[in-house]
Amino acid sequence: MTEPNGSAVLSLGASPRATAEHSAADLRRDLRLIADMIEPQARVLDIGCGDGALLGYLARNKSVDGRGIELSQSGVNACVGHGLSVIQGDADRDLAAYPTGSFDVVVLSQTLQATHRPRKVVEELVRIGRRAIVSFPNFGYWRMRLGLLVTGRMPVSHCLAYPWYETPNIHLCTIRDFVALCDELGVRVERSVTLDRHGQPYSLNPRGGLANLLAEQGVFVLSSDRSRPGGA
Amino acid sequence: MSILTSPPFRSPPAQDWPGYRLLVHDPLRLDCGIDFGPFTIAYQTYGRLNADRTNAILVCHALSGDQYAADPHPITGKPGWWDTMIGPGGVLDTERYFLICPNVLGGCMGTTGPQEVNLETGEPWALSFPVITIHDMVRAQKRLLDHLNIDSLFCVTGGSMGAMQVLQWAASYPDNVFAAVPIAGAARHSAQNIAFHEVGRQAIMADPDWCGGRYLSLGRNPVRGLAVARMAAHITYLSEAALHRKFGRNLQDRHAVTYGFDADFQVESYLRHQGSTFVDRFDANSYLYITRAMDYFDLAAEHGGSLPNVFKGTPSRFCIISFTSDWLFPTSESREVVHALNAATANVSFVEIATDNGHDAFLLHEPELFATLRGFLNGCAEHRGLNRPR
Repeated sequence: MTEPNGSAVLSLGASPRATAEHSAADLRRDLRLIADMIEPQARVLDIGCGDGALLGYLARNKSVDGRGIELSQSGVNACVGHGLSVIQGDADRDLAAYPTGSFDVVVLSQTLQATHRPRKVVEELVRIGRRAIVSFPNFGYWRMRLGLLVTGRMPVSHCLAYPWYETPNIHLCTIRDFVALCDELGVRVERSVTLDRHGQPYSLNPRGGLANLLAEQGVFVLSSDRSRPGGA
Repeated sequence: MSILTSPPFRSPPAQDWPGYRLLVHDPLRLDCGIDFGPFTIAYQTYGRLNADRTNAILVCHALSGDQYAADPHPITGKPGWWDTMIGPGGVLDTERYFLICPNVLGGCMGTTGPQEVNLETGEPWALSFPVITIHDMVRAQKRLLDHLNIDSLFCVTGGSMGAMQVLQWAASYPDNVFAAVPIAGAARHSAQNIAFHEVGRQAIMADPDWCGGRYLSLGRNPVRGLAVARMAAHITYLSEAALHRKFGRNLQDRHAVTYGFDADFQVESYLRHQGSTFVDRFDANSYLYITRAMDYFDLAAEHGGSLPNVFKGTPSRFCIISFTSDWLFPTSESREVVHALNAATANVSFVEIATDNGHDAFLLHEPELFATLRGFLNGCAEHRGLNRPR
């Protein structure tokens, strides 16, 4: 679990995760969805891996060769203590060292909004991984919009659980914003799934207005020619 | 006021010190180009080697350490430097692992070093001892492991200079190292650290009793210089916060300053004590040689200046550990190693542990350090197929 401390502006895994001992049923809904998108034996880098719930699940159930990056000492210790290969670090600083195309899948779950340079991070994800799976809270979700409209105060939800003055989430976006960024970067959206408030997945067109209004979270599978050695 | 008035003579190593000695006959080709040998390696072991010979952990000691990692020091009687880490049920569990801790080449606790007698001349080596490197220390250790018929080390670990040896092991013998745990280390010695070492060496060499290094033949010992070297170095092992927490500006056994140069402050008294006890167990020339070995350490330099190249294709699993308040081997140095390992797509874990104990944290009771290392080793043991103790 990440620590909502003052230095957490750089935080990865900006929302809490389940404990490391887990079955599929215990795994957070969006993580389970991500796990289902990953092939057995894949090389996986989980950025903002929290206490290693996803990595642990993938190691046990899909025999993946998993690595993690996590900001909080408690998270890293929990991971390493469970035999997972995790480094203390953050997406803004530590991605540049990884070789191009060195992972089959790079996962960035509920973390993009907590990075300093999300644009650069997305570029790095699709460079390091042949595929990148990114999940984030949709700030265009109707409850967010309505909350701000009606109460006039910064929305707080279970996805974005911190009040404005101590949130690690400094770069919030809507699904439409994210798709626009991918287009701008020439990053392919291979697949997208939207989740409602109960974690129920729907396949709404991410470019349509409905997804942007009804989805509390989006999970995107991305790819780019950047992950090929010598690629763009 | 001097901290030591009469220079005591430090006796050469007693043959009845506990532990093992291996006489290596085949000369070792050193980095300086000399074929050195025969030479002796003094070492300690803890626990038992399993039938498959797969549970061995090599423990590498730091600059002022020795092979007595987990039993009382034969000179000082103090507990081993990693006594908190090693033992039955400990992090380095002697019921599960077989621990080997050798005294480094150039050391002064039984392994051949400048205080030992050169059989060709009948005199102590002194400055005719060849300048050795971290790589030379590791080459010598490899001879020991070959002698013990241990092909694959389950783990190599150590702090500070011990971490340098760990990284050298991983670089030189990747196929013989299943897991590598360098603690509070670096892939090269920094300019600042070389500078501190030079202060220590100059303190020793400025002592009239050093006699150009020939003090043993002359029945003298540069204990004042060595004590000052130790005092200066000891400051670098702590942190400002730890010094403040332990001593503040507290006075030593007095209610007011004495307007003189006696040890008015507790921190002075503490440092003097550190200096004066160190000289009882350490040889001044050894200090020169071992600090030099650390200064020369630059792992990337052996591989065209590229640290990732050092670890290219390594099968070892790494766990890098640093401490927040360590300004001698700061986290940035460890992170550089981590980035190089990532660039080499190695299997690496990295933890920076929050503590105000400075560089010395690796020797102290740090619960997060213990928990991390225990967890990492358990994970590795599972991959290595080592069974848990009953």
